Amino acid sequence: MLISRRAIVAASAGLAGLAILPIGLRAQEATTAPVKTADEIIAEFTGGAEVSEGDGVTLTAPEIAENGNTVPISVEAPGASAILVLATENPTPGVATFNFGPLAASQAAATRIRLLKTQDLVAVAKMADGSFVRTAANVKVTIGGCGG
Amino acid sequence: MAENVKPRVRVPKTATKDEVITIKTLISHPMESGQRKDKDGNLIPRSIINRFTAEFNGQMVLDTTLEPAISTNPYLEFDAKVPETGEFKFTWYDDDGSVYEDAQKVEVS
Repeated sequence: MLISRRAIVAASAGLAGLAILPIGLRAQEATTAPVKTADEIIAEFTGGAEVSEGDGVTLTAPEIAENGNTVPISVEAPGASAILVLATENPTPGVATFNFGPLAASQAAATRIRLLKTQDLVAVAKMADGSFVRTAANVKVTIGGCGG
Repeated sequence: MAENVKPRVRVPKTATKDEVITIKTLISHPMESGQRKDKDGNLIPRSIINRFTAEFNGQMVLDTTLEPAISTNPYLEFDAKVPETGEFKFTWYDDDGSVYEDAQKVEVS
């Protein structure tokens, strides 16, 4: 049987169309709201001010978390007005922002969070004088906690 | 609308003036992260408590922004000081616009 050039072109165009279709669908599914990166969230929190490493803020988290669905953490920063907590490798890095009012007896709070995988947690504290300090803690996660 | 949302708060009934008291709060809520998929592969939309506040006699103790990374049944523990007899007011704000409240009286001797 003799296959004409025209037939081949038509057939391959059809195949190409089929191949493109599922990719197009997948791309559409993935376009949800843009997720801010950890750095962007920190920049928003600090207003672009410089963040120094180290003293003044403490982040307590387990070294190894067996279940990433509920990881107990606590943060403390004496004299801070607010503390931002981030999980750098989560699908959405934001965790929480604690704003302390005049009746807060200590600038500390504890909660339970989800972690997708082994990663660094970051805490940034806004001190009373307007400066920022940050600290980080690595948590090893055995079973991820973000579903899917 | 998340169902069966029930706040629970532990606050001491009495305290001395300016004593540091630890407050523990828990609210039953699925905190759907917006990352999970149902069995048909469709994304389950985000539905979380996005803000929590604790006030004492109208003065702020803690105002917290919560993100999807907070676990199911969000738990918070923090310290407050009570200058006089009064009432703590706790408020949770849901993504769907619901507001859940709880109040606890503290007697200062």
